[in-house]
Amino acid sequence: MAFETPKITYTGKIKSIAIGKGDQAILLGDESSYPFHLFEGEMPNTPRIAMEVYDVAPEDWAEAALKPFTGVTEDPVAWAKRNVEEYKADMVCLHLISTDPNGLDRPADEAAQTAKKVADAVDVPLIVWGVDNDDKDAEVLRKVAEVCEGKHLIIGPVVEGNYKQVGAGAIGYKHTAIASTPIDINLAKQLNILLGNLGVPDEQIIVDPTTGGLGYGIEYTYSVMERIRMAALTQQDERLQFPMICNLAREVWKTKEAKLTAEEAPTMGDPEKRGILMEGVTAVVLLLAGADILVMRHPEAVKLVREMIGELMAAA
Amino acid sequence: MALTGIQIFKLLPKTNCGECGVPTCLAFAMALAAGKAELASCPYVSDEAKAQLAEASAPPIRPLAIGTGDNAVKIGGETVLFRHEKTFVNPPGLAVLVSDGMDDAEISGRLKRFNELKFERVGLTLRPELVAVKDESGDATKFVGLIERVKKETDACLILMSEKTDVLAAGVKACAERVPLIYAVTDGNVDALAGLAKEHNCPLAVKAKDLDELSQLTAKLDQAGIKDIVLDPGSRGFRKAFEDEVFIRRAALQQKFRPLGYPTITFPCEMTDDPMKETLYAAAFIAKYGGIIVLSDFHGYGLFPLLVERMNIYTDPQRPMTMKQGIYEVGNPDENSPLMITTNFALTYFIVSGEIEASRIPSYLLVMDTEGLSVLTAWAAGKFVGDAMGMFIKKSGIEEKVKKKRIIIPGLVAAVSGDLEEELGSDWEVAIGPREAAHISAFLKAK
Repeated sequence: MAFETPKITYTGKIKSIAIGKGDQAILLGDESSYPFHLFEGEMPNTPRIAMEVYDVAPEDWAEAALKPFTGVTEDPVAWAKRNVEEYKADMVCLHLISTDPNGLDRPADEAAQTAKKVADAVDVPLIVWGVDNDDKDAEVLRKVAEVCEGKHLIIGPVVEGNYKQVGAGAIGYKHTAIASTPIDINLAKQLNILLGNLGVPDEQIIVDPTTGGLGYGIEYTYSVMERIRMAALTQQDERLQFPMICNLAREVWKTKEAKLTAEEAPTMGDPEKRGILMEGVTAVVLLLAGADILVMRHPEAVKLVREMIGELMAAA
Repeated sequence: MALTGIQIFKLLPKTNCGECGVPTCLAFAMALAAGKAELASCPYVSDEAKAQLAEASAPPIRPLAIGTGDNAVKIGGETVLFRHEKTFVNPPGLAVLVSDGMDDAEISGRLKRFNELKFERVGLTLRPELVAVKDESGDATKFVGLIERVKKETDACLILMSEKTDVLAAGVKACAERVPLIYAVTDGNVDALAGLAKEHNCPLAVKAKDLDELSQLTAKLDQAGIKDIVLDPGSRGFRKAFEDEVFIRRAALQQKFRPLGYPTITFPCEMTDDPMKETLYAAAFIAKYGGIIVLSDFHGYGLFPLLVERMNIYTDPQRPMTMKQGIYEVGNPDENSPLMITTNFALTYFIVSGEIEASRIPSYLLVMDTEGLSVLTAWAAGKFVGDAMGMFIKKSGIEEKVKKKRIIIPGLVAAVSGDLEEELGSDWEVAIGPREAAHISAFLKAK
């Protein structure tokens, strides 16, 4: 019995989206195989890494995560520039933490101006992420969409409770909407249908399956993503054929294991390397499940994962 | 091709004796077809039927064990390509490499870390299982000396690596009672190592230059009567190794290609000199089909994420992970600390306890057995409701630990507060906490 390479034939294809300005635009998606299964299909666009910027100085970050950003955490523009110029981020993900009604509750106008300044300051595409509050995000992201017209941002999270308002902003000002659902393939599909019915073009939708951290539910995210790709590529499920984004940094770094000092957890080793590898391992798992964009934090983790992507994308 | 339950049933005695542990022959046939039973459980099956069934009833990827007793590492036995299709069964064994070419301090360090790096989580101990002992000197005495040392200093399951048959033979003899994995059969030593594996009843690894050669070698071993085989396709570039893992798993499951129906062994330690990158390679092999993963060294900062990933990926998606019911202390609570209650779905527990921890306000957290359901689901199923919660709180023994009888319940089940107050009696106060765990910190701080 001779060995025959077991290949499968795909019947579907992921849609392609373009983000960013002019010749700096980045293409995403367009896969016609399972992640990195290049021996039987194509993955014309490399998965990309977006690095985080907060619009106010983070209060509860581990020391290891703060260190690379010394001197810029009070200034989103400087922070974004450092991410791009020094750490070679493919994209920037601006988290509008200051708009949280349970926190500083800053107004939409102010947040939108911050987003505009960051978008103007860097050439790479910008993702603008809200605070998981349906009403406030609707108000803020709507404003961001308007003020940043022409920048082809990615904005979200767009959820069932605010998809009409944010979706309208995405349509009107040509941004990509992050369709966000809580780790469930049917809800993901449903929201994609709703966005389609609203008139959001397919080239302006990216799916956020909701990311669980390592040790905090990553297996649910992993399997929902694999199921989504399977349905998209082998079962012609047209409303699941979208690129996916994983907002993983905050999930990794908020866990107690990422914050424990060497004295508190001697067997868990150097806290900086531990945080980097917790983030790196999480990123690898999500890449293998089908992530097109990874939102990451630590520059060392970014570097390691970028190299992994390079190796996975190279022909064997 | 695999037989259906009905096809198998026709070959069974049809006496419904029940001695196989299943009440009827039909039920047994169905279990065989699903890969959930062994033909050997039936004492009356004819030899003829056995021969016909052997091929069909054997699992597509052979399950096997390295080591003995409770300590043994079980690998193989997988039946799906994606964990959501059913579940992954046997988590990959993690091994650290030591060689007789290393200096004493290096060996001591690696063995010490092997012994010390253990992590408690969800009531489980996460730890690595294997030490790969490598012959670099070509000297049987040295090799055996190192094996003896590993045996003495650790309870590890062993992988013995040498390119020399006589050195391997001496090594196997020195630790046969621990049932080591013999590494490895190559094109030139099939007969000698097959004999060695048979003599000591040990599993045997096969290393080839590609999947073609690998298939030919395992076919030869199969003919020689060797069943417990571990595959090394020889690829040491990460990309190629990843492809080989996918091809081997698919060949076994989709093509029922017997020569590759075995678990694999991978060597991130031979793919890079950078320990950080090595960890990420290992992470990929945990998700994509590694049977054994050999690392150059263990460090807490890399091993911990890998062990957690392994636990997560190998969690049965059909059965939620649960916590033991009881009182959990977050921080160092005292009699004046806040008291909260939640369900025993492990993820719920992790998130709630993590948020309490982040608040830096020491608290008691009561975890109630809801059969692994999350708060809202448990409430909807009638398991996380006022009277049941009240009975649990009273029996838990928490009344002896807190002065102020005030229980904070999840905001999502605010509706149970009336029933709970009634069940607990007037000396208890029921407070309604936030609906989302993310707001626990603010809630506790506002007190």
